[in-house]
Amino acid sequence: MSDLTPKQIWIVGAGPAGIAAAEAALESGATVGVIDENPAPGGQIYRALLGVMKPEIQSRVDALHAKGVLFLNQTTVIDAPAVGELTVKGPNGPERLRYESLILATGARELFLPFPGWTLPNVMGVGGLQALVKSGLDVSGKRIVVSGTGPLLLAVGAYLKQKGAKVVRIAEQAPAQRIREFTQRLVGYPYKLGQGIPLMLSIGATVRTSAWVERANGSHVLESVKINSHQEPIRCDYLACAYGFEPNVELATLLGCELHRGFVEVDETLRTSVPYVWCAGEPTGIGGIDLSEIEGKIAGYCATGNEKAAQRLMPTRARWMRFAAMLEVTYALRDELKTLPNPETILCRCEDVSIEQATEWNGSRAAKLHSRCGMGPCQGRICGAAGRFLYGWEHGTVRAPLVPVPLSDLTERDPELTNHTN
Amino acid sequence: MEVGTYDAIVVGGGIVGCACAYYLSEVFESVLLIEPGPIGGGSTAAGMGHVVVMDDSPAQFALTHDSQKLWKGLFSQMSDACEVRETGTLWVAADEEEFSHVEGKRRFYEQHGVHAEVLDSQQVAEAEPNLRPGLPGGLRIPGDCVIYPVTAAGWLLEQAKRRGTVVRQGKPAVKVTGGSVMLSDGSRYTSAVVVNAAGGHASELTPGLQIEPRKGHLVITDRYPWFVHHQLVELGYLKSAHEMSSESVAFNVQPRATGQVLIGSSRQFVGWDGAIDHRIVAKMIARAAVYMPKIAELSAIRIWTGFRATTPNKLPIIGSMPEDPRMMIAAGHEGLGITTSLATGKLIADLASGITPRIDPSPFAPGAAYHHD
Repeated sequence: MSDLTPKQIWIVGAGPAGIAAAEAALESGATVGVIDENPAPGGQIYRALLGVMKPEIQSRVDALHAKGVLFLNQTTVIDAPAVGELTVKGPNGPERLRYESLILATGARELFLPFPGWTLPNVMGVGGLQALVKSGLDVSGKRIVVSGTGPLLLAVGAYLKQKGAKVVRIAEQAPAQRIREFTQRLVGYPYKLGQGIPLMLSIGATVRTSAWVERANGSHVLESVKINSHQEPIRCDYLACAYGFEPNVELATLLGCELHRGFVEVDETLRTSVPYVWCAGEPTGIGGIDLSEIEGKIAGYCATGNEKAAQRLMPTRARWMRFAAMLEVTYALRDELKTLPNPETILCRCEDVSIEQATEWNGSRAAKLHSRCGMGPCQGRICGAAGRFLYGWEHGTVRAPLVPVPLSDLTERDPELTNHTN
Repeated sequence: MEVGTYDAIVVGGGIVGCACAYYLSEVFESVLLIEPGPIGGGSTAAGMGHVVVMDDSPAQFALTHDSQKLWKGLFSQMSDACEVRETGTLWVAADEEEFSHVEGKRRFYEQHGVHAEVLDSQQVAEAEPNLRPGLPGGLRIPGDCVIYPVTAAGWLLEQAKRRGTVVRQGKPAVKVTGGSVMLSDGSRYTSAVVVNAAGGHASELTPGLQIEPRKGHLVITDRYPWFVHHQLVELGYLKSAHEMSSESVAFNVQPRATGQVLIGSSRQFVGWDGAIDHRIVAKMIARAAVYMPKIAELSAIRIWTGFRATTPNKLPIIGSMPEDPRMMIAAGHEGLGITTSLATGKLIADLASGITPRIDPSPFAPGAAYHHD
């Protein structure tokens, strides 16, 4: 059965999964729009690798533009007021969009875990520091410690070195043995191996495995960090620290999609539990750019009724899911990280709630109500994720607006549905 | 599965149940409080948290006035987390017609021992510079307060626990009679007094109680500590609260201790559907913007809904069931449960222990709502 009029597909997120989904949906003859928070398409990962969009990505985006795909940049979904509708906020204020199929390609953010001193100025995320450097922060001659887990530590370490920073240490919490096993299995993924080798050559000497920051020291600003494997604190100007990725499942949750182990539950066509809603990339499971691309394609085809085209891609997806499973095992977070914070270490940075205050209560909802943990503007995106790792907290409820918006955006009564036909 | 015997059992760990435990633990050796979720996690968490004297009816005035006195006796002992702020209430007149009733309202408050001041147009503007210019005036009740209800409920229960109250959390009560309470896991507790303080769910445990959920929406902003100083309520609020029509909104804005601005209010009878109704949120914010135009520029960080436990005569049900004096009710507090929780708990404890109550309990007795008609 096929529709006579092209289906209106909206894709949320213009990273690898979103762009691939747009291409596939377009191929099926749908009318496609892509919503993204950033000034330009590409998502976090293309920026993370290069700073500007890779030329081949730029040309893919250009091709989509040329074929009439509408990119709503600097636009954020704030609500899902009714079935088949999203409220988004862009440079021109709030508007309502109607979709026949929706593909969530919302990506992931870094996972931060608390330790004494983690709220000091100049302690930041790994991707966060990289983004700052790209927007003009000069790190030449600066001493930087990179810590946490995963291949991103190497990529960003090498990037910072290239920008003139002195990367004094990369502390990877995963044990050497696991990383060796992972590297051996990478021969099945030669292109990944090809990415890794130059990074190791550039920055490998500074890496310590089974190593993590126990404490960041400084009176007003970061001065040094204490790493478990080192007797003496290491003097540094910046600490870039992240413990892998946390999927962005807020919109999926708001829409009512079922989650499993914190990820959006999908069938093999990447359909969620909610009718007309598909999900691709990191929200279905952290797997990196290749899995995101292939899932984007599958979702783009399936959301437009082109299951046949999707079918051909299933084996490739399975292959990258095996890679994702390898990553998960290799970089699994160790229990010692749960013992780092002191009772007085801040857990909720928005509301200044300490570990002690938050853990007096049983579960995240009681902690939120009684200690204000997670009540701030970030709506528990940071402390909630940390609490899930540290204390097995449940996922909290998600309420509109997904991001803070001026009240005036909520007052307009029944705003007109915007007609974005091309 | 547990079995146990207590002098008194309170079913429900909202602020009313916690207040009942607080006062019952003063007169009984052993008290048990049963709550399936977090303490103060129901309507208590969803509400605004004002401690106000309201003049809607003589009974309501007596209960709110008594309760505010009880609160003020406790404030100095309460923890910082309870966020007690003596903001006062400013009832705002929208037009000359509304303003013409203000003096009568002031006299009523003053005659009953509550200080009240009439503010003229200029004084209102000075008191709250973000109100729309040119409003005719209002009535200030300086003694009204704002608290954070969840932690206040937790604090009351903490004091009760120090006097030996036992808290059983996690499982709901499924069967409640004058002498016993059964939980969903089969646990069974017996007692000389059982208090049904299950808020909007009270009628599920005690059939025949006329309590209906009345949905409300609230919006909270980021921190703007300079924006508003008093709890602000439009004088038309009581009319909005009183209308038993299917929906209404009223201007009600409150400064929180955090510097956040809490914006209400809406009233709807839609059963237990907790979904955010965007149309009513828009209406509510538009109403607030009529009084405070600049409010539209503030950043909203969260919207939520909650349910008031509403009775037909707009008064809570407090006291013993006529057919079984051991079965007591403390429920149906609609939008005033934070204010009236303490007077309710005190009344329950007094009635249960044979002490002459501080206020006339008859308007609140179970059955009073129907007998009025």
